[in-house]
Amino acid sequence: MDSVMNFALATPEMFLLAATCFILLLDVFLGEKCRTIGYIAALGALLTTVFLVVSSYGADKTEAFNGMFVSDNMSVVLKTSVLLIVMGIFVYARPYLIDRKIFKGEFYSLSLFATLGMLIMISANTMLVIYLGLELLSLSLYALVAFRRDDGRGSEAAMKYFVLGAIASGMLLYGMSILYGLSGSIDLKGVASYVASQDIMSNLVLLFGLTFIIVGLGFKFGVAPFHMWVPDVYQGSPTPITMFLGSAPKLAAFAMTMRLLVSGMEFGSMGWQQMLIPLAVLSLVVGNIAAIAQTNIKRMLAYSTISHMGFVLLGILGASEPGYSAAMFYVITYAITALGGFAIIIILSHSGVEAENLDDLRGLNDRHPWYAFMMLLFMFSMAGVPPLVGFYAKLAILQSVVQAGFVWLAVLAVVMSVVGAFYYLRAVKLMYFDKPIQDELLRMGTGFNALLTTNGFLVIALGLFPGFLMALCVEAIRVSL
Amino acid sequence: MNYELIIFYLFASVLVAAAISVVTVRNPVYAALFLILAFFSSSAIWIMLEAEFLGVVLILVYVGAVMVLFLFVIMMLDINIDILREGFIRYLPVGLLVAVAVAAEMIFVLTSDTIKTVVAPARHAADYSNTEALGEILYTDYVYPFEIAAVVLVVAIIAAIVLTHRKRDPSTKSQNISHQVRVKSSDRLRIIKMDAETKTSNKVGE
Repeated sequence: MDSVMNFALATPEMFLLAATCFILLLDVFLGEKCRTIGYIAALGALLTTVFLVVSSYGADKTEAFNGMFVSDNMSVVLKTSVLLIVMGIFVYARPYLIDRKIFKGEFYSLSLFATLGMLIMISANTMLVIYLGLELLSLSLYALVAFRRDDGRGSEAAMKYFVLGAIASGMLLYGMSILYGLSGSIDLKGVASYVASQDIMSNLVLLFGLTFIIVGLGFKFGVAPFHMWVPDVYQGSPTPITMFLGSAPKLAAFAMTMRLLVSGMEFGSMGWQQMLIPLAVLSLVVGNIAAIAQTNIKRMLAYSTISHMGFVLLGILGASEPGYSAAMFYVITYAITALGGFAIIIILSHSGVEAENLDDLRGLNDRHPWYAFMMLLFMFSMAGVPPLVGFYAKLAILQSVVQAGFVWLAVLAVVMSVVGAFYYLRAVKLMYFDKPIQDELLRMGTGFNALLTTNGFLVIALGLFPGFLMALCVEAIRVSL
Repeated sequence: MNYELIIFYLFASVLVAAAISVVTVRNPVYAALFLILAFFSSSAIWIMLEAEFLGVVLILVYVGAVMVLFLFVIMMLDINIDILREGFIRYLPVGLLVAVAVAAEMIFVLTSDTIKTVVAPARHAADYSNTEALGEILYTDYVYPFEIAAVVLVVAIIAAIVLTHRKRDPSTKSQNISHQVRVKSSDRLRIIKMDAETKTSNKVGE
């Protein structure tokens, strides 16, 4: 196929951009009363984009825009997951936004632009496009974190996120510019052919560039020791934005890592493997141990994200196809589970007050047994209790780590998961065995409840029958590499 | 050392000195002016690297527009430098340690033998036009990143408006031009018919 001007491949991105601009304009003409139309339009745009993305599944790896855009099975699976997760966020966020009087059109247009940025990152085939997609995502997220602009903590979180995000982008760009200087190409294929011709362990400059890229990726993933921003930003942002930050961008970060490290520098895996090991170990240790000390539920989930991203890195650092597909499975299922966990926080902070402390979970079973059961599923899944999906995801990662010959890493990961199980189980204990502090009624709309129930059953179903999604991931990785 | 190299070192040393001054001078206006000097020197280096168009754009956009806005904002704001410098001494040891470590590693790598194997690109002929070359590829080979960059700018505009635009306080007094234009003489002066006052009415207070 002609790869120079093959614009049709990028139809989902182009459609989403056009739809976002349309929703932005639509919002200008809709009054305060008709915000729901913008909400439905946003969901419709995302759903149409899902269909456009899925329709290109199964084709061979194809490139467009002069090799800057790539469409393969990995991009289709990841894009579909991102779009569906953002749809879920929109549904979950609605009651919170209406309650806080921030149900504005800008929330949807900025979130849609962030989604577009993620799609661009997932399909990027040159370092330039990866960087631009990342900036599109990050800029929208900085604005979303500061969305409640009269809230002091939100502004503080946004400033921290912005400054650290800018430093991380700078690091990533510096690394990319060194790679460009060495290989003379911003194209990942050009970089790959340069790296293949070199011995990475003796090429100091290549290692130097790689270090900066890993630091940038570490910041964006939020893994230790580049995790400092994660708890503060999670705590300070409005809960739907925390939900956004903690789910979909992790998929984009995974895609970015796969493109840069695997498509670009697969022959340099000796180099990045050794850099990723300390990052993964530190994330597992810091994430699981620091989470125990938290009394704020959002901070606790932030540290839990750090430890889960450590697991994803464990999958990637094996530098083998089973490892990559296990990491892809892990990151998708984690995003689904995190989505549900944050939805429960939204329910709890429904009537005016912000539910932030673990104490707010007390006696949830007495107040609303079904919500408590759903939270139980999400917590158990994150802890890795069978038969929920978190268990299978962890198992697949551990298998690949052992296959890659890092038995000690697998042992450490298991030990740290056991440590981590403490704070997930503490949340469950608070819900089921403690008396409630507040007793006001918890009530959400039908759409919200239906989605939450689906979300919960997805966590069970994917745990009992992981074969379908796992087969998709394995196939995606096999075709894409 | 040839003529070109001397010029390069001249501009490079001015650039480094200006950049250091930006972060060390106490007066924010001086800092902004040093930043302008840094931009000038780096644009000179870009021109020496045969990127004339980018060098000119750097001066036009950054010095001409962005820095003017910067200076404007600095003069509008009342910045208390003492608060900004709070904790400087406390964080200095850690910051210095990290800075020295990073600088030492960079010097070690960038003076190593492998960097010398990197081949410099060939020099272009005298009639080579950087502007033309950019124009040729920007809307063809690089149309995809170019369009994404445009979207990034749109997001920046939306974000700025979302974060700063507020509804006007209704008690604020402001001019409404269309009201001023549409005003009629009857809105300004009201003629009231009333009976003539007699002198006796003045004596009420007596």
